[in-house]
Amino acid sequence: MWEVIALNRRKSVFLMFLMAVLLCAVGAAFGDYFTGFYLHGVLLACTLWLILSAGAYFQGRNIFLKISGARKITREDHPRLFNIVEEMKIASALPAMPGIYIIDDPAPNAFAAGRSPETAAVAVTTGLLNTLNRNELQGVIAHEIGHVVNRDTLFMSMVGVMVGTVVILAEIARRTLFFGNNRSQTRTSAGKGQAQIIILAAGLALMIISPLLARIIYLAASRKREYLADASAAVYTRFPEGLAAALEKISGSSLKMQKVNAVTAPMFIVNPIKKKSKKKKRDSIFSTHPSSDNRIRILRSMAGGTGYMSYDESFRRVTGHNRPFLPASALQDAAVKPEARDPKKEPAHKTMKPGIDTIILAGTILAQSFPEPNSPASKARETCDALWKSRGYHFITCTCGAVLKIPPELQQSNIPCLRCRRIHPSVNPHN
Amino acid sequence: MITIIILALAVMLVFAVAGIYNGLVRARNAVKNAWSQIDVQLKRRHDLIPNLVETVKGYAVHEKETLEKVISARNFAMNASGPAEAGRAESALQSALKSLFAVSEAYPDLKANQNFLALQEELTSTENKVAFARQAYNDGVMQYNNRTEVVPSNIIAALFQFKPSEFFEIDNPEEKEVSKVRF
Repeated sequence: MWEVIALNRRKSVFLMFLMAVLLCAVGAAFGDYFTGFYLHGVLLACTLWLILSAGAYFQGRNIFLKISGARKITREDHPRLFNIVEEMKIASALPAMPGIYIIDDPAPNAFAAGRSPETAAVAVTTGLLNTLNRNELQGVIAHEIGHVVNRDTLFMSMVGVMVGTVVILAEIARRTLFFGNNRSQTRTSAGKGQAQIIILAAGLALMIISPLLARIIYLAASRKREYLADASAAVYTRFPEGLAAALEKISGSSLKMQKVNAVTAPMFIVNPIKKKSKKKKRDSIFSTHPSSDNRIRILRSMAGGTGYMSYDESFRRVTGHNRPFLPASALQDAAVKPEARDPKKEPAHKTMKPGIDTIILAGTILAQSFPEPNSPASKARETCDALWKSRGYHFITCTCGAVLKIPPELQQSNIPCLRCRRIHPSVNPHN
Repeated sequence: MITIIILALAVMLVFAVAGIYNGLVRARNAVKNAWSQIDVQLKRRHDLIPNLVETVKGYAVHEKETLEKVISARNFAMNASGPAEAGRAESALQSALKSLFAVSEAYPDLKANQNFLALQEELTSTENKVAFARQAYNDGVMQYNNRTEVVPSNIIAALFQFKPSEFFEIDNPEEKEVSKVRF
């Protein structure tokens, strides 16, 4: 997907250029106002810009890890996590092992950082390690590595550091202006007064441009890139259900992350700043991430392989967009067949057998797969079906193949299919 | 004036051809690298097996034949010559390991043993890594083959003798069968 990589690189360069222009404009205005020569301000601004750009490019990864409170782990600490990351490193042909970090937080989430595949880092929360099984964890790691390979992490690190710095400076300026003035008012020397005014003006300037820059962060975080990373995860693992189940668990969790703010939020796999929104199907331009519902549905309705082409086709079917969504170089790949998921790739007690969704929602709704006819499993299934029917349960067959058994007392008027999330109107007479 | 334009066009053409050629070279080297990665993972599997056998031996003294089968399969795989023989030997080793894990289900002390659990995770991961290495190899081959066959670059490929590579396919029909679990 070289088009995506090239685009992210261009965007990073454009961002640096934009920041240079902004800073120089502010610097010129200052220099002109205070010293009569705008050149002084411009020089100062250029120095600032150099420091900012170098810091963002070379240290963006470490800055993000520090802000999120991530600590590095070795193979001995978490052999399973290490193995999962190593497997994905092999599948994605990364040149070097990413650094693996853990965030001590009960909320499940993960992010990736790093300006290139050689300097990649992946961070997961302890909540994620406790909630997900091996396949789901692997899906999340594959998604994050997809971000690294597509150079999303390069662009987002730079956006975060450069814009975030300005936003933080604006915050500091705001506080100094409103709370710090009282002390210096008694001084009468002209020099101190001059410094006072400079700080005042700087603070005002930053306060004015920082909301604008904060908007830039939101616009820069692209919903499309999240979908692309989902597609990459499906290709690397050849098992889209892993990531789909993981997204379901992460978005369904009601826990809130502790060390997160608007600047780091776009980097995570699911938006850690939760708004009280109902499940939405359309992605608004004001959100940093696409709706988890959409992502899960697209992953689960991939048919005919796990390659980029099937993801693209599934995406168009679910969201209704007509034009091809993925870049041309990815679509050139032939459809990739899913590997017969070997149940022994995972310890038996943690396996979710392929094709069977035995999700029990508070003991009320069940979905099933289709066992071979005349096998003991299918006979048991028929007996159970007869039992449910005798108790007044309604059966709804979804187009994805799952059969939902709805208890007669359920008052919900729209029931999402457990496998593919399509909405079915309830047939219960109370509604 | 016209000579300058023609010269400029010629230079651009040379750069374009060089770019496509370099892309082909990189893709072919990626394929070679991916192939050697498979061997790295297979060797890892060979190295882990003596550990596993030692751990199991302590608990399951009655399972001598299974253990011996695993050891001999491993030695055969390590000394196999040629890709066809190596392929068969690896599949034999894989089935021997499966029967060893199935056997270990009957020994609850062994199953609870921390060493054994750690080894089980390591071996599961190694099997996964072998599979992913083969997958990455096939992906690399597909991307390289695409370049040798897609229209602008296939001309350069034919000119400089870039031939399509072969996919890694399972010759052993036993491996294709997904094992059925009976109760």
